[in-house]
Amino acid sequence: MAQLDYLAPLKVEDAVKALAATGSYALAGGTDLLVQLRSGRIRPDTIVDLKRIAGTIGIREEAGGFVIGAATPGAMIGEHEALSRAWPGLVEAVSLIGSTQVQGRASLAGNLCNASPAADSVPAMIAARAVCVVVGPAGRREVPVEAIGTAPGRTSLAPGEFVLEIRLPPRPARSSDAYLRLIPRTEMDIAVVGAGVNLTLDAAGVVIEAQVALGAVAPTALLVPDAGAALVGSKLDEASLAALDTAARAACHPISDKRGTAEYRTKIAGVLARRAAFIAYERAGARA
Amino acid sequence: MSKPHISAIVNGDPVEFLADPGMTLLDALRDELSLTGSKEGCGSGDCGACSVIVDGRLVCSCLMLAAEAEGRRVDTIEGLAQGGRLHPLQQKFLEHAALQCGFCTPGLLMAAKALLDANPDPTETEARYWLAGNLCRCTGYDKVIRAVMDAAAELRQVKV
Repeated sequence: MAQLDYLAPLKVEDAVKALAATGSYALAGGTDLLVQLRSGRIRPDTIVDLKRIAGTIGIREEAGGFVIGAATPGAMIGEHEALSRAWPGLVEAVSLIGSTQVQGRASLAGNLCNASPAADSVPAMIAARAVCVVVGPAGRREVPVEAIGTAPGRTSLAPGEFVLEIRLPPRPARSSDAYLRLIPRTEMDIAVVGAGVNLTLDAAGVVIEAQVALGAVAPTALLVPDAGAALVGSKLDEASLAALDTAARAACHPISDKRGTAEYRTKIAGVLARRAAFIAYERAGARA
Repeated sequence: MSKPHISAIVNGDPVEFLADPGMTLLDALRDELSLTGSKEGCGSGDCGACSVIVDGRLVCSCLMLAAEAEGRRVDTIEGLAQGGRLHPLQQKFLEHAALQCGFCTPGLLMAAKALLDANPDPTETEARYWLAGNLCRCTGYDKVIRAVMDAAAELRQVKV
């Protein structure tokens, strides 16, 4: 700890330079990083606080979509009315993370880059087809959310790279989303399974686009294209829901641990995907 | 590797202190500023005993570096009573016997204050969810909730 240095750069370039050094860790809300620091699980040489960089905190509408600063706290996301109307599933996923105190600090990019397979916001972001703006020594690149996590605690980010902001695409009419997680109680726990569903309907109520993502059933959150495809062309009749359920279960390769067995997680993934699809469908229909 | 020099506003007063780069806000409040009302229960963001309000947001001060407080406004339990008069939440905690050992109480009071600042008329369910990050191991939660709901009612009357 005697060696630790704290930097709070104002410019992206300075943060990139600082993060390129071995032993440098990015700090957003710190609700995971500080726990790891204090338990001795990580021993950083330098902590690079990203929150003084313009744009890392805040939500703005741009080109019909939303841009969420990487370090924007969950509470601010939950309070944003336009975002909550357009992306209720994503907002409910974020709002499920931790306590009120954790919501005061915890961020989307932190939840993503901590790379827990059970991170609640990640399946919702993947189903939303959210894209990360990643900055680093080689410049700026856009990366789909599902390409960030590679294994528990690991990301595809190169040394010096960090997520600057997260972009949500423009929302067509009759589109909405939902996120459900199973925990053995009602609050303050980690997902046994999480499922995010994002739908667009036509004027007749037929699903024309569907994305399904699952959390806590594999080493990383999963986009499940077959599960989404099962809903397209349907009004969520039992045959399409059964196909969704089957595709969701087929994508699972979870571990068994104290939160649940692999068999249980797999079964629940299908159940939550069905229920989230229903909620997303009702919400989408109401957004004519 | 120099010690950052931190300037912040704590309970309305400008303060300056030196903090090791790895020092938490909680340790700075307790050890540098002698504000020992905020407690460390778990040190991992689970218990809420260290709850303070930073720029209007409830946070765990054990999960924030002191250096991050540069230029921020920090409100702690020491600032809750005004001019020797208990805040209505403190008064109601006493009246409802909503504390026994008192270790969780500063965190619960700050969390409850943040709730009533954001939502002066919470339902009991809203209050229970809001306070789910504050653990109490002796009093239990029912008296706490009764005290918070009663204080909320009183504060609403004062405003009218």
